[in-house]
Amino acid sequence: MITLDGVRKDYTSEVRIGPVDLAIPAGGITALIGPNGAGKSTLLTLIGRLLGLDAGTIEIAGYDVARTRSKDLAKVVSVLRQENHFITRLTVRQLVAFGRFPHSKGRLTAVDEEMISQAIDFFELADLEGRYLDELSGGQRQRAYVAMVLCQDTEFVLLDEPLNNLDMRHSVQMMKHLHRAAAELGRTIVIVLHDVNFASHYADYICAVKDGAVVEFGPCAQVMTAPVLTEVFDTPVQVIDGPNGPLAVYY
Amino acid sequence: MAELTTAVRATPTPPRTVRTSAALPGTRRARRYWLVLIGLALLAAAFGIALVVWDNPMPVGTAGFWRIVALRSKNVLVMLIVAFCQAMATVAFQTVTTNRIVTPSILGFESLYVAVQTGAIYLLGATGLTMLTGVPQFIGQIVLMVGLAVALYGWLLSGKHGNLHVLLLIGIIIGAGLGSVSTFLQRLLTPSEFDLLTARLFGSISSADADYLPIAVPLAAGAGLLLWRRARRLNVMALGRDVTTGLGLNHRRELVVVLVLVAVLMATSTALVGPMTFLGFLVATLAYQFADTHDHRHVLPVAVLTGFVVLSGAYFVMKNLFYAQGVVSIIIELVGGVTFLVVILRKGRL
Ligand SMILES: Nc1ncnc2c1ncn2[C@@H]1O[C@H](COP(=O)(O)OP(=O)(O)O)[C@@H](O)[C@H]1O
Ligand SMILES: [Mg+2]
Repeated sequence: MITLDGVRKDYTSEVRIGPVDLAIPAGGITALIGPNGAGKSTLLTLIGRLLGLDAGTIEIAGYDVARTRSKDLAKVVSVLRQENHFITRLTVRQLVAFGRFPHSKGRLTAVDEEMISQAIDFFELADLEGRYLDELSGGQRQRAYVAMVLCQDTEFVLLDEPLNNLDMRHSVQMMKHLHRAAAELGRTIVIVLHDVNFASHYADYICAVKDGAVVEFGPCAQVMTAPVLTEVFDTPVQVIDGPNGPLAVYY
Repeated sequence: MAELTTAVRATPTPPRTVRTSAALPGTRRARRYWLVLIGLALLAAAFGIALVVWDNPMPVGTAGFWRIVALRSKNVLVMLIVAFCQAMATVAFQTVTTNRIVTPSILGFESLYVAVQTGAIYLLGATGLTMLTGVPQFIGQIVLMVGLAVALYGWLLSGKHGNLHVLLLIGIIIGAGLGSVSTFLQRLLTPSEFDLLTARLFGSISSADADYLPIAVPLAAGAGLLLWRRARRLNVMALGRDVTTGLGLNHRRELVVVLVLVAVLMATSTALVGPMTFLGFLVATLAYQFADTHDHRHVLPVAVLTGFVVLSGAYFVMKNLFYAQGVVSIIIELVGGVTFLVVILRKGRL
């Protein structure tokens, strides 16, 4: 379980995120949705202790993120930011291997290599594993980064718009994989999604964020309604019954 | 064209039987790396030996012969220290700043050195320079340079708004400020004093005193060893602050430790022979081209050897072709700059 209690981040006197109180249940996928600049990335990076809190507390499985040592947290929670700095002369496989760092401290064992291979195969990166990161397309690189984070093998996984740059097939595949990781391995995945329909179909819970505050949080059915989405996104949204559950139509 | 070469280079190397995340996957790349390393080591040894024995005017075996050998060995040792310090410091600095085009001199070590030398000669005349030589003064200069750097780091990185880019910016501003003060003072010097000073401000190997070595060697070796032991963490830090934190390292702590070690290495090198701005940059860039891996445990040895080859090569040429001993920074900047451009233009990336 992830609990946020009176969490605040004050960027400037005008831009303040929070206070946010939220309890994300353990197990399953929670999708963060909301317009640009709502504060989704801020919340995710606060939870992932990449950004310092200005007030409040965040606990992941009982660990206070502000007080627990980073190296202990790294075995509990993994986080991927929206943008990533990448370096040259690093191959896809070497990048994915960094996911094992919290466990092996850079001295990879045969078990590590096996997990790396699995993550790579899963994201269909096997043919690319020897390629340098600067020789990949945006989507391929994105998959490599997600593979790295999943290779970290933590109970809690935080992903900021991992579907960025992915084509339809790879988006669906990634969501299916995350869904399976949540269902079969009991992982708790918090994911920022751009497309509410992806959220609706794959997530167990949706958290709608707007202007630095949580406006709605609950099971998909509770959030996937025309009034809620219209209010959150400030644009007319209709929700119709699709073949696989509710479908938001906004164009 | 660029796409074409990329495509050719990107085609997978021979079918992999064992899948590995090693720094040098595949025998071909591993063999290439070791060949490069051995080649550099042989070249370094050749230059080192040549510098000691080449063109010794005294008959072999006489006391004079050995005196010259001893004197020259000191110079070779100085070059080794300087190459080691500059190579290790620059590679580590570029990694923690995630920037391949900066060098630690951006933090103002060299401007401080120049300002101290200029100030001394301005205030005390030619005797000022002699007062700056001696072991305590040598230690004093190192302490001053490390002190400035650490004060800068501590002040910036401990605060809430501490930020690496602000640190670099302030370093540049302090460097520029010290630089202009020095330039101004230099205008007030007499021509003969100015002459004396200029000789000190080119990176010069022969000006290093043998008495400094018992201090410089342990400092360089100690800081270098500590950096080496952090090599795996440096690999992670190259991925940036967020990934580093996500993978469980305390980024700020690692950053401060590495920056302090860099300061010690840079201060030692600068106090020993003066400014060598370009050497570190050249060597780090070439080392990445030669080693062709991200892994610091492979890049650092190549960088140190490259540094020594460049430095001793420049010194050898200066001494035996131009009969201008010691002043190596000129030729490093000239030849090194050209080599650098050729390598970069051919490969098209840093
Ligand atoms: N480093 C920063 N400094 C100042 N303001 C910021 C910073 N990062 C984000 N913001 C502001 O905080 C708000 C929330 O940003 P963010 O969390 O990135 O939104 P989202 O991910 O939902 O699009 C935005 O108004 C943004 O402009
Ligand atoms: Mg965002």
